[in-house]
Amino acid sequence: MPRKTVEIEPRVEYLSILDEHGVVDAALDPRLDGDLLARMFRYMLATRRLDERLINLQRQGRIGTYGPTRGQEAAQIGTAMSIGPEDWTAQAFREMGMMLVRGWGMHMPMFFWGGHEEGNVVPEGVNDLPIAVPVSSQTLHGVGIAWAMKLRKTNNVCLTYLGDGGTSEGDFHEAMNFAGVYSLPVVFIVQNNQFAISHPRRMQTRSKTLAQKALAYGFNGIQVDGNDILAVYVAAREAVEKARSGGGPTLIECVTYRLSVHTTADDPTKYRSEEEVRQWEKRDPLIRFKKYLMERNVLDDASVAGVEEDIRGQIKEAVDYYEAYEGVDPVDPFRYCLAEPSAELVAQQREFEAAMRAEGLMR
Amino acid sequence: MAMLTMVKALNLALSEALREDADVVLLGEDIGQDGGVFRVTEGLLEEFGHDRVIDTPVAEAAIAGAAVGMALYGLRPVAEMQFSGFAYQAFHQVEGHVSRFRNRTRGRYSLPMVIRMPYGAGIRAIEHHSESREAYYAHTPGLKVVIPSTPRTARALLRAAIFDPDPVIFYEPKAVYRAMREEVPDEPEALPIGKARIVREGSDITFVAYGAMVRAAEEAADDLADLDGVSAEVIDLLSIAPMDTATILNSVEKTGRLVVIHEAPRRCGVGAEVSARVAESGIEHLCAPIRRVTAYDVLFPYFARERAHLPSSDRIVGAAREVLAF
Repeated sequence: MPRKTVEIEPRVEYLSILDEHGVVDAALDPRLDGDLLARMFRYMLATRRLDERLINLQRQGRIGTYGPTRGQEAAQIGTAMSIGPEDWTAQAFREMGMMLVRGWGMHMPMFFWGGHEEGNVVPEGVNDLPIAVPVSSQTLHGVGIAWAMKLRKTNNVCLTYLGDGGTSEGDFHEAMNFAGVYSLPVVFIVQNNQFAISHPRRMQTRSKTLAQKALAYGFNGIQVDGNDILAVYVAAREAVEKARSGGGPTLIECVTYRLSVHTTADDPTKYRSEEEVRQWEKRDPLIRFKKYLMERNVLDDASVAGVEEDIRGQIKEAVDYYEAYEGVDPVDPFRYCLAEPSAELVAQQREFEAAMRAEGLMR
Repeated sequence: MAMLTMVKALNLALSEALREDADVVLLGEDIGQDGGVFRVTEGLLEEFGHDRVIDTPVAEAAIAGAAVGMALYGLRPVAEMQFSGFAYQAFHQVEGHVSRFRNRTRGRYSLPMVIRMPYGAGIRAIEHHSESREAYYAHTPGLKVVIPSTPRTARALLRAAIFDPDPVIFYEPKAVYRAMREEVPDEPEALPIGKARIVREGSDITFVAYGAMVRAAEEAADDLADLDGVSAEVIDLLSIAPMDTATILNSVEKTGRLVVIHEAPRRCGVGAEVSARVAESGIEHLCAPIRRVTAYDVLFPYFARERAHLPSSDRIVGAAREVLAF
């Protein structure tokens, strides 16, 4: 018997609509309406400014270690705006842009990174999961949610966020496989920001793209310019529509760059050059999008200044709210361990409270 | 009333829950078409369909993680790990998420889910199929850990676990699966999680056991009564997290002597926990040292040597005589 070739379709599409100079491909331009574009810009700018403020708060010791979002606004906001409130998301820990779109208040990341579980209390009516710290572990939750959506015969979808490093985790592969086998309404959003802390994308996998990981699981992967919100939005909308109509999962690889540190405890000069960062700064998703919006007359200098002013006010309000918070009660872990505390927990809570009183930490 | 094995009793509890509540779904490896490798889910696919009795790919983390997602969306998933020895591939989901959602979100989300898994030795199986690692789960805050000992307790506790608002690790002693039959009522019944059962009352010594070791403790109690005229009280914990300390302390107050029996290794095991609770809260009632009859702190052998490593009724009798002679 001669050796034969098993035919698969090794195709990964790459989509870019608005290039780094702000030049739009007219044939691919989705010509989104001005209100939608303005909202996208507002969320991107709000994410950028909030991110800057959080770094500031960390430097001043007013919150703990913080993982910045800078550079990934288009990937997060473009995907988050492709779904509705009845849809769900499963996030990792660098999705602040997505969170703002979905309706989390600006104070929430302050609480989370400030060491309060309150920052993970998903607002009522928002169908998101809380921040998941263990890498890629949330992808499986997205798959379970998608199963339940299918079982309940909704036409909702679940967006599941992860990073380039996350594609090396077993959970990611189990999630992709499960989603593929059962054709579940889930979209995997891989923000390829080029680094898993210090480990570069090229050392994460020998695969040419992360998008092609989907092919092995029997569904499509697409690579998009993750700093081009138009391309991200178009790809996400297509994937979401496909999932809604029973077409199963898609993986979207958003090629982007983590312009800032992994977290405020990280020193990226140990593993990447300033020159590389400067090259990517030129591809900043905000710069090109603003240029596009100016050219389309969606924005002008005065309206941008107005948005900046609004955001400044909102951030100040959030910081004030966070810093005035007086709800820190060390007894809380006893209250939220189980629905009904067991006798042993009740006894331990009494012991804890007595110790707190003896130490003068509680009245 | 029907005389059922534990396998049939578990099947009954699952079918009752599936019938009563459309949110109950089962997922695991080979649980559908095949009815599960131990046949616990036999016939359920036929009655409830592929959407609710889900044959998953071979991926334990996916079973636990997808169950988390299902529970978050409002379902009541009952996940099966084919053997507890493979559940470590899902342990990061259990420790990292299953146990944490209520606290992490301050009650905004909770996970009414069950992870069932057969554990324990005595069925002549290959490596990874005989261990007892309940302490890993009991050590994890936010989980309940339930271990039935008989068909009737299995059916009643599984029902309680499925309808519990919190995640339950349901550890099934596979040595008991088909080893005995017990009368099980026609109507569904549930036992409260966290309450131990006094299997037999006694006045001279307390045996605390659970799972497959309850039978060994009862045999030892029989032997002691017949041979030595000693009256042993046998407590079946049923739940190791939370643990019914009051029932243990009340018994020790009466008998003054305690032997704890389990087939898990001794170090940091449930026996250590029981002993510590009695030492902390009931030492004044003890008139002899506590003894633990357990597996040893070595790796559990392949099955040619398993009988020698499992606590036997003779070993329990031996420990009891030492305690009684103190």
